Amino acid sequence: MSKIFEVPLYPYRRSADQDAAQPTRHPVVVVGAGPIGLAAAIDLALHDVPVVVLDENDRVSWGSRAICFAKRPLEILDRLGCGDAMVDKGVVWNRGKVFFDERQVYGFDLLPESDHKRPAFINLQQYHLEHYLVARLQALIAAGKPVELRGANKAVGVEQLDDGVRLSIETPEGTYVLEADFLIACDGAHSPLREMLGLGFHGRVFEDNFLIADVVMDADFPTERWFWFDPPFNRGQSALLHKQPDRVWRIDLQLGWQVDKEREKEPERVKARLKAMLGEDVGFELEWVSIYTFQCRRMDRFRHGRVLFAGDAAHQVSPFGARGANSGFQDTDNLCWKLAMVMKGKAPMALLDSYDSERVQAADENILNSTRSTDFITPKSATSRLFRDAVLDLSAHYAFARPLVNSGRLSLPATHDGSILNGPDCADLPPAVRPGAPAVDAPLEESWLLDRLDSRFHLLGIDSDLPDSLEIDGIPVDCLSVKTDSLPSPALSARYLGDATSAVYLLRPDQHVVARWPSYQEAEVFAAFNRAIGLAPREVAA
Amino acid sequence: MSRLITDPNLPDPDGFYAELLKLHEGREEAESAGINARLILILANHIGDRSILTQAFAAAGASSKKEQGA
Repeated sequence: MSKIFEVPLYPYRRSADQDAAQPTRHPVVVVGAGPIGLAAAIDLALHDVPVVVLDENDRVSWGSRAICFAKRPLEILDRLGCGDAMVDKGVVWNRGKVFFDERQVYGFDLLPESDHKRPAFINLQQYHLEHYLVARLQALIAAGKPVELRGANKAVGVEQLDDGVRLSIETPEGTYVLEADFLIACDGAHSPLREMLGLGFHGRVFEDNFLIADVVMDADFPTERWFWFDPPFNRGQSALLHKQPDRVWRIDLQLGWQVDKEREKEPERVKARLKAMLGEDVGFELEWVSIYTFQCRRMDRFRHGRVLFAGDAAHQVSPFGARGANSGFQDTDNLCWKLAMVMKGKAPMALLDSYDSERVQAADENILNSTRSTDFITPKSATSRLFRDAVLDLSAHYAFARPLVNSGRLSLPATHDGSILNGPDCADLPPAVRPGAPAVDAPLEESWLLDRLDSRFHLLGIDSDLPDSLEIDGIPVDCLSVKTDSLPSPALSARYLGDATSAVYLLRPDQHVVARWPSYQEAEVFAAFNRAIGLAPREVAA
Repeated sequence: MSRLITDPNLPDPDGFYAELLKLHEGREEAESAGINARLILILANHIGDRSILTQAFAAAGASSKKEQGA
């Protein structure tokens, strides 16, 4: 049986655009059908924005890529209509252990609170995730959504126009040109579009190499993240073991900077390393082996006129903390509703600048966390190593040292404090769901709060009366009234009311909080809504 | 007698650790050792409580398996 990454899922077909006398103009073109490009296309389709996705390949990607998907991206994938398949297939995990030398120094439990639909993390091979995204996109196409997915269409030229973008596309049958009102570049860390536009990508390269192996084996290791500092089987370096579905395990072995990469990739040498780690009697097959050097860097800006960069094309982090793909999903979650509103003439072009400011803020947070983890895992100096080893030693005996152990700060969503889109806060309400923060899940009577929040604006009233329906400048705002005494658990009350007796929250289509009040006041809600779609007060007055 | 705090007591542990490493960035080892010695003396003076310092010395001096040459 062929593996999913060997099957052409969207084989090349000739498009009418290739025979057009003049370049065809499309509203949105997405370049790259990786996880982020596919998520962008699905999101835009849900907003009924026509979109063409171009991918140089015709199948899902193979190899050692993302495996850890965090709670917030899973919630985004739920909104896109494909979270269930991923969580059903994925390996749910909450626990981890940290080893130093020959001993376990401590274990942790991410202890997800109860009353959330989604777990803290699942592990899933990226090729499975991409497969579910392609299936979802193809289901939307079958249902009549205006989307095209073109395989073996490689963008080889890009030119900024005053009112759009012109692309040259290479196919098995020659090159053609098309135009787009907007281009979303999801073409990965090496982004050819970024290169062609001559845009910079700045940051740090970590002088270290990591051997990444995906192995197939029957092993009885528990479903936990195991991280070793300086283990006997990889002296002076680190190691990571993580379980994926289908008996596949991810193993990372730090190698150091001065290594012969080609030699380290030789299967016999890799097998010897893995046997030293797993034991002589554990049978395994290698699914994939590669050697990575980690980088933490980003573009200065993610918006360049009508070209919007998302995912690894815009920012790159080391994998410790699973902040790569997870943050990419949050990019398009942030971008697509804004782009849809601008394209429908409901919001000013300036709204797209908030994509840049909010996601640059998030990228900086991810880069900071990922850099700190990498500095802890691969100390740059003798003194840095001395402190690192002292922390690990102390962590075996003293609780105070454990928060200092940094084998990866696992991906959490950014809260856009200070965003120009944020409206008024109400100080009596819990800080975790302040303006700029993503909504936190909780059970409703029959479903989950986040499942109830689709790709529209929502007004959430908790023990507070709301209008039955609301429309602001022709844009519907869904009204959801919740009475806490009819809920199955106190979670929603604890998370959204705290000690207050009532609250009204205005939520964006990406489920981030815009503003909140003790009760509904029409003028306040209208003003906050206008602000959230980029009509800041001075522009309203103008 | 006051007890040495061994439960987490530092807000923003990652920020603290990054600042500590920054203090040593680009220094020679001997220079770093000098900084560490001064740092201990400064913090000890700030703590002031001799019994706390005695407990801290004991905690830090309990040598790890590695340092015993195992």
